[in-house]
Amino acid sequence: MLQIATWKRVLIWAVCAAGLWAAMPNLFYSRVEVHNDAAAAVAARGGDPTPAEAEAIARWPDLLPGTLVNLGLDLRGGAHLLAEVQLADVYAGRMDGIWPEVRDALRAERAAIGSFRRIDAAPGTLRIALSNPEGMARALEIVQGLARPVVSLLGPSGDDLEVRAEGAEILVTLSEAERTATDDRTMRQSLEIIRRRVDEVGTREPTIMRQGADRILIQVPGIGSAAELKAIIGTTARLTFHPVTGTATEATAPAGGGDALVLPSADEDGVLYILESNPVVTGDELVDAQPAFDQNNRPAVNFRFNPTGARKFGDYTAANIGQPFAIVLDDEVISAPVIQSHIPGGSGIITGSFTVEDSTQLAVLLRAGALPARMEFLEERTIGPELGQDSIDAGRIAAVVSLLAVLVFMVASYGWFGVIANAALMLNIGLLFGMLSAIGATLTLPGIAGIVLTIGMAVDANVLVFERIREELKTARGPARAIELGYEKALSSIIDANLTTFLIAVILFAVGSGPVRGFSVTLGLGIFTSVFTAVFVTRLMVVTWFEWRRPKTLTV
Amino acid sequence: MRLRLVRENTSFDFFRFWRVTFGASALAVVASIVIFAVQGLNFGIDFRGGTTIRTDGAAEIDIAAWRAAIAPLGLGDVSITEVFDPGFEAGRHVAMVRVQAQEGAEATSPELIAAIEAALRTIDPTLTFPAVESVGPKVSGELVTSALMAVGLSLLGVMAYIWVRFEWQFAVGAVVALIHDVVLTIGIFSLFQIRFDLAIIAALLTIIGYSINDTVVVFDRVRENLIRFKQRALTEVLNLSINDTMSRTLMTSGTTLLALVILLVLGGDVIRGFVFAMTWGIVVGTYSSVFVASQILVFLGVKRDWTKGGSAEGPSGTRFAGKDGTGA
Repeated sequence: MLQIATWKRVLIWAVCAAGLWAAMPNLFYSRVEVHNDAAAAVAARGGDPTPAEAEAIARWPDLLPGTLVNLGLDLRGGAHLLAEVQLADVYAGRMDGIWPEVRDALRAERAAIGSFRRIDAAPGTLRIALSNPEGMARALEIVQGLARPVVSLLGPSGDDLEVRAEGAEILVTLSEAERTATDDRTMRQSLEIIRRRVDEVGTREPTIMRQGADRILIQVPGIGSAAELKAIIGTTARLTFHPVTGTATEATAPAGGGDALVLPSADEDGVLYILESNPVVTGDELVDAQPAFDQNNRPAVNFRFNPTGARKFGDYTAANIGQPFAIVLDDEVISAPVIQSHIPGGSGIITGSFTVEDSTQLAVLLRAGALPARMEFLEERTIGPELGQDSIDAGRIAAVVSLLAVLVFMVASYGWFGVIANAALMLNIGLLFGMLSAIGATLTLPGIAGIVLTIGMAVDANVLVFERIREELKTARGPARAIELGYEKALSSIIDANLTTFLIAVILFAVGSGPVRGFSVTLGLGIFTSVFTAVFVTRLMVVTWFEWRRPKTLTV
Repeated sequence: MRLRLVRENTSFDFFRFWRVTFGASALAVVASIVIFAVQGLNFGIDFRGGTTIRTDGAAEIDIAAWRAAIAPLGLGDVSITEVFDPGFEAGRHVAMVRVQAQEGAEATSPELIAAIEAALRTIDPTLTFPAVESVGPKVSGELVTSALMAVGLSLLGVMAYIWVRFEWQFAVGAVVALIHDVVLTIGIFSLFQIRFDLAIIAALLTIIGYSINDTVVVFDRVRENLIRFKQRALTEVLNLSINDTMSRTLMTSGTTLLALVILLVLGGDVIRGFVFAMTWGIVVGTYSSVFVASQILVFLGVKRDWTKGGSAEGPSGTRFAGKDGTGA
């Protein structure tokens, strides 16, 4: 009759125990959080914990589970940004970058193709006008010869450049395959740089995620505002080193364009430098930058290039002793020292009118590298920590009160069976938290509403069963048979009803974003745990109770 | 003494006044559509772009003065709504300031937000701004599409599931009931101009989930009774099934509503719209599984012979448990 194999009983209780064990740290949220933070800080730094950290670590035993449900931004406070990376920027940069190469190659064959010049074109396109159309075939051949195979994970897939003639003009663009490969690189680079910059600030559990083809979602708990976050990730510290062709004042400044770049000096008012627009070395080739002091004990930044950067830097300095060399940061000439000697090894120092804070900040920015492309912010949200705390408090009170109300209601309706259902309900909430912790889910405000809704709906499966047992009792085939039939016949309804709701939770998760997703996770897991507790746990409880008391009659 | 929401062995005739009940539903649907067509929805920034700033201060909120303070910034459409919640202590005044999406920009610039905050602080220096959210028109357009897609997919998914597990008439009945619930919820949001944002879409989908849950429980019983009472009229079987499940329906709706009403009162103002949608949806959803879904079955008729072709082994048509009942 009411038999449940021993191994099943053990398994059911084991699952419950495991769930509650995983949920347990959430009862001591702040204590475990302090412990985790301190442990993470020590692990990141290496070495011994400070006394304060040791004390924090001791507040929660290492033997116990330490994973917590993450609190979403709406509960903890923080900033949320959705950025769109302007991928096309990179194409334009690439075209500017290959122009000198194209120019030199064409120049070498000037006899065959005549004179040529670069003319204005849409960003991402290089347009070269030839004076002599007869030279077109040869010119196309030369430019096409500069193309390189596309480097992608799928192996070589054609050339990176697409070269074609349009009248007396040559049009060079990136090929489709190269654009795809570049986009992917740009996105990965942007993600990495954002991650490093956010990490430099040292906040807890930032979320930095790629979304779709060209978007990045950035969520940083505990930060003051979205503007602050933008300042951290958006600051482009683009460092370049240019040959200097001359200086000018504002009055005499020539128009920039072509190969010349006219940039203001950072600390000398009204002085403009005329530079060659193609840098000798860029900050991308930096491997390290550290705040330091120069020989006059003024704050400065030490830097070091990677081998290719070091070679370029070394070669240039060797060939141009006595020439000024401009260090340009974000379109301002920080300084233009005269090259005193050949600088091998690729290390150098940037001096300027820095404060210690400036030099530290600059070093951080240089180290993190420049973003490869601009970002446009599509969505910005700031939630203050007080608002989050208010929401947690309100949610907690609502959850406790509604739980109590449902508990009372169930006992009033089903007596002893109501008590069993209530035990299952408590277990259900425990399991839900256990699963949320285990999968590292994030609890949001709608997620709390999802839990409260689960409290209401979780009893549904039990209600279905109990109502069915009541009905079966009327046919008077004995209490044991009634319990058995009650569970058996209610199963079809329970499965159908919950599968459809689960279907909705899955769709919500797949299509939804942000808060909707948080809600779908608690809803979906809640269905899981409530079906488990109703179908397995309460059944086991009822059967165990039945075996123990052997009642002749049953009132549900 | 046990609490009973429903007497035992009820035998209400749910289809006797079908003209009234179904008519009322039809009327409510039409009314909702009309209201929606006339006044539309009070879309939040999720769906139309723009910026909201939540303010929290000690001074009474004089909306006209606030408007005057912001006016010089030339922001276009600005709405200021005071927020009330029983959880606020006396002398605390919270408001939501919403600014339309600005020309030529996606998210509103920090400078503009700072300017708005400074302008408001001239009126009430104690003001703090616990939440600032800004959504660009590009994203909001996509959010509308994905929200509509979520609702559409859910309806299709539910329809497919019910069709497979039952018969097409059941699927039609269930989906008409769901559309009824969704339309009435949108109607009440339009009527009271409650802010309609992404969370409300989540609520709508939950309502779909809950309502289908309710409908399926009734349908499951209908299928079972159709096999048991092959000779009885369809309305009779439907009535019997609804009466059988009445106690469960009210218990479950009761506990869920209990939880939701408490959340509505104590859950804070941030999620009030969301919880309100859910509460309303559960009332409407419970009603619709009886008076709309089942009514549609009466209209369409159903296949009466379930023994052929289907599984003949169990009384419920499809059985999950083994015959000895220990399958679980």
